[in-house]
Amino acid sequence: MSEKQYYIPEGTYWPIIGSIGITTLLVGFANQMHGVSWGSSVMVLGFAITVFMLFGWLGQVVNESVNGKYNAQVDRSFRWGMSWFIFSEVMFFAAFFGALFYARTLSVPWLGGADNNVFTPELWNGFSASWQQIAFSTPGTVLQSGTAISIPTELVAATGLPALNTILLLLSGVTLTFAHHALRTDNRNHVVGWLIATIALGVAFLGFQVVEYGHAYATGLKLTSGIYGSTFYMLTGFHGFHVSLGVIMLTVILFRVQKGHFSSDNHFAFEGVAWYWHFVDVVWLGLFVFVYWV
Amino acid sequence: MTTATASHDTHHGPEKGLMRWVKTTNHKDIGTLYLWFAFSMLLIGGALAMGIRMELLQPGLQLMEPQFFNQLTTMHGLIMVFGAIMPAFVGLGNWLIPMMVGAPDMALPRMNNWSFWILPFAGGLLLSTFFMEGGAPAFGWTFYAPLSTTFAPDSTDFFIFAVHLLGFSSIMGAINIIATVLNMRAPAMKLMDMPLFVWTWLITSFLLIGAMPVLAGAVTMMLTDRNFGTAFFDATGGGDPVMFQHIFWFFGHPEVYIMILPAFGVVSHIIPTFSRKPLFGYSSMVYATASIAFLSYIVWAHHMFLTGMPVAGELYFMYATMLIAVPTGVKVFNWISTMWRGSMTFETPMLWAISFVFLFTIGGFSGLMLGIAPADIQYHDTYFVVAHFHYVLVTGALWSIIAATFYWLPKWTGKMYNESLAKIHFWWAVISVNVLFFPQHFLGLAGMPRRIPDYSLQFADFNFISSIGGFAFGASFILFTYIVFDCIRNGKPATARPWEGAKGLEWTLAPKAQYHSFNTPPSRELIESESQHS
Repeated sequence: MSEKQYYIPEGTYWPIIGSIGITTLLVGFANQMHGVSWGSSVMVLGFAITVFMLFGWLGQVVNESVNGKYNAQVDRSFRWGMSWFIFSEVMFFAAFFGALFYARTLSVPWLGGADNNVFTPELWNGFSASWQQIAFSTPGTVLQSGTAISIPTELVAATGLPALNTILLLLSGVTLTFAHHALRTDNRNHVVGWLIATIALGVAFLGFQVVEYGHAYATGLKLTSGIYGSTFYMLTGFHGFHVSLGVIMLTVILFRVQKGHFSSDNHFAFEGVAWYWHFVDVVWLGLFVFVYWV
Repeated sequence: MTTATASHDTHHGPEKGLMRWVKTTNHKDIGTLYLWFAFSMLLIGGALAMGIRMELLQPGLQLMEPQFFNQLTTMHGLIMVFGAIMPAFVGLGNWLIPMMVGAPDMALPRMNNWSFWILPFAGGLLLSTFFMEGGAPAFGWTFYAPLSTTFAPDSTDFFIFAVHLLGFSSIMGAINIIATVLNMRAPAMKLMDMPLFVWTWLITSFLLIGAMPVLAGAVTMMLTDRNFGTAFFDATGGGDPVMFQHIFWFFGHPEVYIMILPAFGVVSHIIPTFSRKPLFGYSSMVYATASIAFLSYIVWAHHMFLTGMPVAGELYFMYATMLIAVPTGVKVFNWISTMWRGSMTFETPMLWAISFVFLFTIGGFSGLMLGIAPADIQYHDTYFVVAHFHYVLVTGALWSIIAATFYWLPKWTGKMYNESLAKIHFWWAVISVNVLFFPQHFLGLAGMPRRIPDYSLQFADFNFISSIGGFAFGASFILFTYIVFDCIRNGKPATARPWEGAKGLEWTLAPKAQYHSFNTPPSRELIESESQHS
């Protein structure tokens, strides 16, 4: 076998720039949380460096790919890398789903006196262990962190916007598959059309999610609404963040399709983003069932 | 081969100057960076341990406030786990895996560079907490809520971000190793041809990718509980501090196997070499490793027997934990059977490997004792636990790292270390480490709690002995550092295969392995003749 079988990329400064960017971002964030005046500006600076790094690094990779430097082996390495990256994301969400299940089936009922905790009524007079409205007879009960608990006046319903959003995301998975199919048959106009449809569905999802948040907030469901508010906002919030990333990635892919970067048999970047989008889709199904529905 | 490829577009040699190390995409450069980083953190973490042992030399408070003592124990644990042991194994993986699977380099070299270059920043964030108002984290390396949420200093948020960064680095490192093993392996090498270090690291990578994101989730919940009013670990809002322990140990138990599986791999290379026999039970080693990895995900609550779990839970976690003894026992018997009737010699790596088998097994047995739920009521949070995990982590994980260093140092530097000094170092370390940790079993059985700077008078003698052993063990690293530097500067030239019985593709490379290991994949004949198992 020839030497050219292997490809090893040349060294770059992007990784160290990335480390500086992320560390600056986090140091700024921590100081901002502690009320230090320069916190937020350092945070913005760190964010800017990180975005600069992402553009530079990925831009270099795109250039090398377009210039034909990558062989089939590099392509396979990217595939392994992307799949296991997505798996690690799954496990990140699993931690929050785990918290949801644990609280719902164990800790909240225990607090309400299930099992053998016979003292609950005496310790916490008026405590109601209902899942969405963990409530006290005395309003203004304060968490250990010093924040007052906000008790929602309405329950979150699965019908309405969440159901609509489920349909939107599922549809976006279908349109993306159509786009992929068009790419494989070299029909670029159809690729562009279906990609735009996918992005539009993703943006619509995000828009409705903002409306939904506004509604939930108005009824008093906040991050500070006890464990339900915590899991609700952290799960849907991280999911919304991932949808936003997915929309950005799809948009980049759209531009790359228009620039003619992909051929019918060589378009890993497209597929990687598609995997990511389907992952985000599947996480939403879990959210819809366990956060909104049951 | 190096000179021939140096001019080639994609197979360049090292750059000149400092920037070589910043920009490098070379697995050997990155492995070296990892190993030196890990060694620096080992010395820092060790210095903190010396502080702990000085305070515990005598009963009473002599040197420090209890709060500072707690900072020392906490940071010692965090630095050793996340800064020393894990990066050291990633460093070994970087150096060795491409050579062992017949690849030129890692699969994703730029990401490899980033995995390393996040570490100094994360380590810096972690260490900087010592100089902040309220001091460093003082809630123990397991950072249980509410100690780490309600009652912790502001510096905890920096600690949280350091953990995020370390996790990010580990995940990228693990992805890279999976891609390397599965995609860069020489086409003629089947999975069941792979050396055990490669196998154990492959399986460890799956543990890392499964466990580290859960840790990231746990510290994210801590972050929002501390700063944004969530109630994950706050019973007032329906959360539960015990839930923190569940999430933490869902990460934490695979984590302990992350720190020991590659060690099993290292030892499985060294013992056959110096026994001049093929490894006994190669495939059972692979299956045992996979079984341990699987079991490690379903036993986490054996760290939590005293949290008031339902009895059914205690029983399940106890029996599941006991199961781990089966594959681990398979491994220990395989190592012993490999030595059985071998033509054994006792060069330094072999001394470390044999003492690993012996001392790690002590740590394994004390682990079995701790896994018995009713007995754990007595042992829990005592020095018995401290003795247990130091036997598995110091005389287990760290022992294998030192063994690996002596075993592959000739391949890394092209030179031999001073064998007689190295043997003195071994005996010094192996005696002092037992003086240090063995009495801690007795202290724990007698009821001395961990993480407390003062103790009752009846514990004075054993603590004194333990501290003396600790100082001697700490000092042994001065000699270790000298031996490594002496080897790099003045070592005699090594041959390509400095150990008579050594098998493995790495020994077919130049005495000091060339910059890119295999530009041409090794042939089936070579792979078969270099196989450690028949």
